[in-house]
Amino acid sequence: MQELYSIHRKEINKVLNNLKNSRPMQFGLLAIIFLFSYFLAPHSENSYLWRLPPLLKDLPTWINTLLDNLMFKWFTVDVWDPVWKEYEEKPVFRIITRAIASSILFIIIFIREIFLGGAQTIGALFSDAWIDANKWLSWPALPWTAVVAGAAILGYQLQGIRLALLAGIGFAYLSVFGQWEPSMETLSFVLVCAPVCFILGLGFGIWGYLNRTVEGALQPILNCMQTLPHFSYLVPVMVLFGVGDHAGAIATIIFATPPMIRLTILGLRKISPDIVDSGLMSGCSKFQLLFKVLIPTARRDILIGVNQVIMQCLAMTTIAAFIGAKGLGFNLKVALNSLEIGKASEIGMCVVLIAVILDKYSLAWANKQKDYFANLNFFQKYRSYIGFILLTLLGILLSYLGALYFKDSINYLYYVPFNKGFTISPFIDAGIDWFWETFFVYLNAFNVWLITSVLVPMKDAYLGMPVISTFILVMGAGYIIGGIRSAVVVGGLILFIALSEYWDRALITAYMATFAVLISAFLGIVVGSICAQNNFASKTILSICDFFQTFPSFIYLIPVILLFGITDTSVMIAAIVYAVIPATRYTVEGLNSVPLSLHEAATMSGVSRLQRWTSIELPLALPHIMLGINQTVIFALFMVILGALIGTIDLGQIIMGALSKKGGAGIGLALGIFVSFMCLAVDNLIQTWAKERKRLLGIE
Amino acid sequence: MPSSVTPASENQPAIVCDSVFKIFGDNAKEMLAGVQGNNNDVDAKTFQEAGCIVGVNNASFNVSKGEKLIIMGLSGSGKSTLLRCISRLTDATAGRIFVDGQDLLAMTNKQLIELRREKMGMVFQSFALLPHKTVLENIAFPLQIKGVSTQDSIKKAMDMVELVGLRGRENYFPRELSGGQQQRVGIARSLAVEPDIWFLDEPFSALDPLIRKEMQDEFLRLQSVLNKTILFVTHDFDEALRLADRIAIMKDGVIEQLDTPANIVLNPATEYVHKFTEDVPREKVLRIESVMDPINSSEALSNLKVSKDAIIETVAEAVLSEQHPVAVTDGNNGVVGALHPSKVINVLFGGRANHPKQ
Repeated sequence: MQELYSIHRKEINKVLNNLKNSRPMQFGLLAIIFLFSYFLAPHSENSYLWRLPPLLKDLPTWINTLLDNLMFKWFTVDVWDPVWKEYEEKPVFRIITRAIASSILFIIIFIREIFLGGAQTIGALFSDAWIDANKWLSWPALPWTAVVAGAAILGYQLQGIRLALLAGIGFAYLSVFGQWEPSMETLSFVLVCAPVCFILGLGFGIWGYLNRTVEGALQPILNCMQTLPHFSYLVPVMVLFGVGDHAGAIATIIFATPPMIRLTILGLRKISPDIVDSGLMSGCSKFQLLFKVLIPTARRDILIGVNQVIMQCLAMTTIAAFIGAKGLGFNLKVALNSLEIGKASEIGMCVVLIAVILDKYSLAWANKQKDYFANLNFFQKYRSYIGFILLTLLGILLSYLGALYFKDSINYLYYVPFNKGFTISPFIDAGIDWFWETFFVYLNAFNVWLITSVLVPMKDAYLGMPVISTFILVMGAGYIIGGIRSAVVVGGLILFIALSEYWDRALITAYMATFAVLISAFLGIVVGSICAQNNFASKTILSICDFFQTFPSFIYLIPVILLFGITDTSVMIAAIVYAVIPATRYTVEGLNSVPLSLHEAATMSGVSRLQRWTSIELPLALPHIMLGINQTVIFALFMVILGALIGTIDLGQIIMGALSKKGGAGIGLALGIFVSFMCLAVDNLIQTWAKERKRLLGIE
Repeated sequence: MPSSVTPASENQPAIVCDSVFKIFGDNAKEMLAGVQGNNNDVDAKTFQEAGCIVGVNNASFNVSKGEKLIIMGLSGSGKSTLLRCISRLTDATAGRIFVDGQDLLAMTNKQLIELRREKMGMVFQSFALLPHKTVLENIAFPLQIKGVSTQDSIKKAMDMVELVGLRGRENYFPRELSGGQQQRVGIARSLAVEPDIWFLDEPFSALDPLIRKEMQDEFLRLQSVLNKTILFVTHDFDEALRLADRIAIMKDGVIEQLDTPANIVLNPATEYVHKFTEDVPREKVLRIESVMDPINSSEALSNLKVSKDAIIETVAEAVLSEQHPVAVTDGNNGVVGALHPSKVINVLFGGRANHPKQ
């Protein structure tokens, strides 16, 4: 008996030992426990195993109270009101935010009036009475031909004829297609936001680089800022800064600055210590070292940051339209809501063009080289300015002639009013109608099949998951991957959501994101792996990824609505297309970074291509690929939330709804934090895993 | 003992190191103060146990104006750390360093920047060129930092391009150049401000052997024109022998021996130095002076005359084809000694019995 017992113990010890060393076995065990809990836990509203009590129900109210106090009650000072001729009590915080808001608004309007004309900024210099007495005083709009010429000349000056053509044709498109006014509004908006983001990002990045404590403090804040869905802080921004272009600008700045900060720190940290020493030995002061050595050396990463900033600014235009920003975004939103796909495509094209041109400008500007030996005369030296002045005069002349020719109708040579330009939307719409009629049966069949046999069962499965099983799953995974620390972190993040009253909505969001992530990860890894086999294909696919990344996220919604109408399928497909980009990119990069010598070693051991891929390339590239999947998760979640724009019923919908509700600030922000926490939980798991894996493989 | 107030004079050494220590670690200073009373080497082991690493251990030496001092040691011997102490890229933990009579460690940041702008140039193993600047801009960089106008700095940089033989490539970016060419840019940059003191931190270690040889020749050519005070770090003993006026051999932060190449080969001070010198072909290092005998008037000398500063290898063939001992002359053509062919044969083929003196 004793002997039997000891044999048993040996067996058990063996199994336990195996379990200790084998990740797959651990995950297998986790899956079994998860399934047990899933089916055994009581599916009843009264059980805490099924759903936790909404203890954090009042979180939105707390946030609202905080904002309310901040804006209306705390630290009041007496301010002289010149209109009412009396002292008024105003909270300091409100004075500060309003001051920021009005200065931003002033600059936006100033730039806008250069393009479009107006009297507001001039008016600010004089008294109202004087302006009323002198009605003639107004800034005339530049003729669109002059702006196009300016864009082309700038392109030529920065890089050459190719950029000149791109910029010229691009800007001409904006005018010819009757989107001049909203385009210039958007442009003025971006021209203010992007530099602010750049300066803030660079400043904080440098600070973080110089001071480790600051970097440590920035990291979690940046994580949160980057994973908060855009919608969720629209209302708080609105409460703090009011409604209008400036509020949109501030929301945009919040969203677009973090990547700039991150990339600045990353770039500066990558500089070899020898470069720093060489700068010091050249006799640089601290200031010179920073601005003449460090920042130019980290240029590559900083430029990627600038590119990100421009993209994010344009991506935010539609969303900023919800809190009063004018421009293409607003029109796009209207067109999407009324399902005018042709119109929406044309406007979308404008956004993409502005994005591409600004991006190329910034790149060319950073790479511009100086010619020290050119011996130029006055005309050659200032030919761009002279050219611009001449072409502007020509543009004014043209518009004057136009005024004579067009008489009382629209002067197309001066200014093409909104939606009065050339349009191909009837053709696009007709094409879509044809496509729709021809393929409706198939598309619809696919749509119905996907919804009824995949999405709905999946959704039900998620909704039928007891809260205890969710915790077992995420905390178990955390424990296996990163030990007790990870388990507590992800558990804490999820607990926060579970204690709110929006757990079910969060589950729906999670289900949509999971589905999109699974498909995009699969597609990305397969496409990436195939392309990585060949140099040319790698380069091609990477530039395709670059190209699609210049598209602001909501652009993806246009074609899918056209194909699948307003359904979950549309959102899914948009999310998949959007999220497949990072998965593909990271796969190609990861596989390409596997050293050639390993390929050769493998080939000499006689492995086939497929064997090489499965046994050598994939395991080595997997940590990097997983970082891509991490991005994919965030991209997919964002698109799912953005899907609320065309009507889905998850967290996104409530966040959208909060925009027009009283006390929406609290709800929006609270829900945003929930989404952010979902991202952060996934992020924690993947980053921990990838870091450990890289350490084991000796990469980096 | 020189001090910061000593006025600069012609005979003053360019660099003086006096008991320089560099110890890495949080409480290095306190530990050093505890054990250091008599200016002796410290025990690296005790420091290691306390979590400190000894980089430079009690280095004291002078470098005269126009001298080429080569610091030789294997990786981890502290040679680069010593160089970085003298250029004050890192602050020495203890000891005193004087550059042209000025106390380096007492300098304010402003004075230090001034010193680097006027008197110091440095070449790095990894070239450390600024990737966003062209060859010309890289070379002009230290000048522009000083505040020289664009036009003047570019003109000067163009001269330097000429000097290092890169004409026609002045508008290339560093990434478009080979390693040897990149290091030529590094050299030109370090010389652009016409420094008195030239630091070279393993400048040729990252280059191919053939290019390395070529760059060493280039270095000797430049030095014959420029006559700078040079501190040159290398891990390559042959390179040290080839280029040095004097060599300092370092091990574990301690300078094992500091002497002329010939003396190091002939009289290695420690077992460690001996290991390096064992396989060195001595005829390539030794000068006639070190093997000649005093003049013996009864002895007949052949007609051939050799300079006492000639390297043995260069004259061996001629000396060996003579019947009689050869006369050795000094710089003024006066006979100062006699060279017996048997001595040359001994150097060429004799045993390597140059064990350290006990």
